[in-house]
Amino acid sequence: MKLSEIPAEEYLLEGNSACHGCGSSMALRTVLKALGKRTVLVVPASCTSVYQGMYPGSAIAVPVVNSAFACSSAVASGLKASLEHQGIDANVVVWAGDGGTYDIGLQALSGAAERNEDILYICYNNEMYSNTGIQRSSATPFGAWTTTTVSGKKEHRKDVAELMMAHGIPYVATASAGYLDDLYRKVRKAKRIEGFRYIEILTPCPPGWRYSMERTVEVAKLAVETGMWILYEYEHGVLRLTGVSRAIAAGKKKMKDVQEYLLLQGRFSHLSSAEIQEIRKYIAERWKKFADVRGGEHAVAAEFFV
Amino acid sequence: MTEKLLTGNQAVAQAVKNSRVGVVSAYPITPSTPVVEEIAGMVESGEMNARLILVESEHSAMSACIGASLGGARAFTATSSHGLAYMHEMLHYAVNARTPVVMAVANRAIGPGWNIWADLSDSMSQRDTGWIQIYCESNQEIYDSIAMAYRVAEHEDVLLPAMVCYDGFVLSHTSMPVKLDDLSEFLDEYEAAWRVDFDNPSTHGNITPPDYFMDLRREVSRSHERALKIMDRVEREFFETFSRKTPLIAEHYRLDDADTAIVAAGAVSSEAKIAVDNLRRNGIKVGLFRIRCFRPFPVRHTIRALDGVEKIYVFDRSVSIGSEGQMFQEVKSAFYGLSSPPEIYGCVVGLGGRDVTSMVFEKTVMGEIEPGWIGEVIV
Ligand SMILES: Cc1ncc(C[n+]2csc(CCOP(=O)(O)OP(=O)(O)O)c2C)c(N)n1
Ligand code: SF4
Repeated sequence: MKLSEIPAEEYLLEGNSACHGCGSSMALRTVLKALGKRTVLVVPASCTSVYQGMYPGSAIAVPVVNSAFACSSAVASGLKASLEHQGIDANVVVWAGDGGTYDIGLQALSGAAERNEDILYICYNNEMYSNTGIQRSSATPFGAWTTTTVSGKKEHRKDVAELMMAHGIPYVATASAGYLDDLYRKVRKAKRIEGFRYIEILTPCPPGWRYSMERTVEVAKLAVETGMWILYEYEHGVLRLTGVSRAIAAGKKKMKDVQEYLLLQGRFSHLSSAEIQEIRKYIAERWKKFADVRGGEHAVAAEFFV
Repeated sequence: MTEKLLTGNQAVAQAVKNSRVGVVSAYPITPSTPVVEEIAGMVESGEMNARLILVESEHSAMSACIGASLGGARAFTATSSHGLAYMHEMLHYAVNARTPVVMAVANRAIGPGWNIWADLSDSMSQRDTGWIQIYCESNQEIYDSIAMAYRVAEHEDVLLPAMVCYDGFVLSHTSMPVKLDDLSEFLDEYEAAWRVDFDNPSTHGNITPPDYFMDLRREVSRSHERALKIMDRVEREFFETFSRKTPLIAEHYRLDDADTAIVAAGAVSSEAKIAVDNLRRNGIKVGLFRIRCFRPFPVRHTIRALDGVEKIYVFDRSVSIGSEGQMFQEVKSAFYGLSSPPEIYGCVVGLGGRDVTSMVFEKTVMGEIEPGWIGEVIV
């Protein structure tokens, strides 16, 4: 698609207080353009609670309901039911961080997904709690420094997008702040689908990942190019890789070595070569799993740096 | 108007239907579970036009109610005990969010040990959240209180959530005749104060700095003060509409010439009334001040009602551990600083469903039992 197809209307306004180079705010700007005016955003405690601006101002030009940390899915369920009961048509959309999704909000998320509530849930995954000053979440990758994993996280991350597929919901997709056109297209598609939809966007965070702010797009792209982040769509039980991930799987593009991605970020600067090797192994296993579980065609052609 | 034999929980469900609630979200817990079952049955059969969200926890139930209320629908939930405790964060949230959600609380003890029986400690321990709290003595009162609670909660001078509390099993599972008045004569359709507006979008609940937050809290507090005035009015209008007197703030039972008063709330009040009648037969001038509304606490009503009384015995079916019964604290504090205040004694009774008989009240007033924790069941 052409970038010119993305509407000029802005719903995330200038003057929001996101850090320069914030991947989350770049993605939110795109998401809101794709959703348009008849959208209600439900935002749990997160960086977005802050960068939307303080009362009595607001930098988001659609109605916003701020929820407590654990319950954005439940608040959105109630909101949607309420609007439906009154015959009001609207996109009810959760915009939550990985903490609000993977950890404290997981129970409410699973409940809403199982009930197939007619809401779009978007997790912007910056792989840690940034609002409270960079602590680990269960989305934090192996080896990453945070203020609560000072020598690097010992465990690999879990994957809630996969968990959402296991819920059998109509639409699951992953995206990256490095490919906003792909994100735009996926949100447009999700908007047209009825039932519970889940999109997870990898959104790099300069202060948390420790790289300089002008490199967000580069970092977000490298995550995909090195296989650390896989772009896909899951619809009606069928998984389809998209964008660069698809090209890698089809052998049209060579997967880059993950070291290139890791070296850019201060949070990985302490890694030993054994630890980097562990990350390579993780990538290889994950790609293989996607290939095995999801029917072969894709991952076989990928070249792994094991 | 029909009259039916209903349990307390069934009375709640009928009141919710007749209050034209738009969204119900709940999670089962004894003894409030049948409320949700009744409502689910009515929604499924089409007898009740509402959206029912059967969530995975009470935290989510309250969250969904808050979302529904913000979206412009009249919202309802029911719970008890651990469920209410689990909601705690969202109870605070509903207050500052100014969402007039109404919740039925079938009062039950909180464990461990698991105990499903009557005890007001669950709702009493939520007294600082900012919810309006109404306590019931009968199933008729439960039916009436749900509609009255919406009237007060949704009033533009109030805009606060309200819980209607009733003793688990003693009321929740006991059948009594209930007059099912047509509540549409008394309660209008819900008109939300904050609405989702796509042309003039606004943000609800973003960061509120110290410059504003204390004012927000003061407004909440003032709304509680105003709520008492609204309750007076709602009580009167209820009587004018249905020709039935249902007190909303407090009931005065044989207090007029009393020199001794019992203060109680909830189902134990029925036993207290029997005690008052028995004692009166023996020439003892005793009456009952039954508290209906514990939050806001009706300080002036209390002082006025108990003016001239020499001795007050406050009976709490709950306790603030490390201190005393919550009503006892409030009654004492109401009289603080007044010249020649009455003697005020506190009794903790009936925890975890222990039976509270009329004899407990009688013997305490007669001086045969020491006030304090009254553990024995006296028959
Ligand atoms: C019940 C509760 N516990 C803890 C917090 C503190 N808290 C606020 S935001 C946050 C982390 C948010 O992390 P995430 O969801 O990843 O969003 P991000 O800050 O990265 O944007 C925490 C721990 C809270 N608001 N509520
Ligand atoms: S800390 Fe990270 S996620 Fe939060 S606003 Fe800054 S860049 Fe964005």
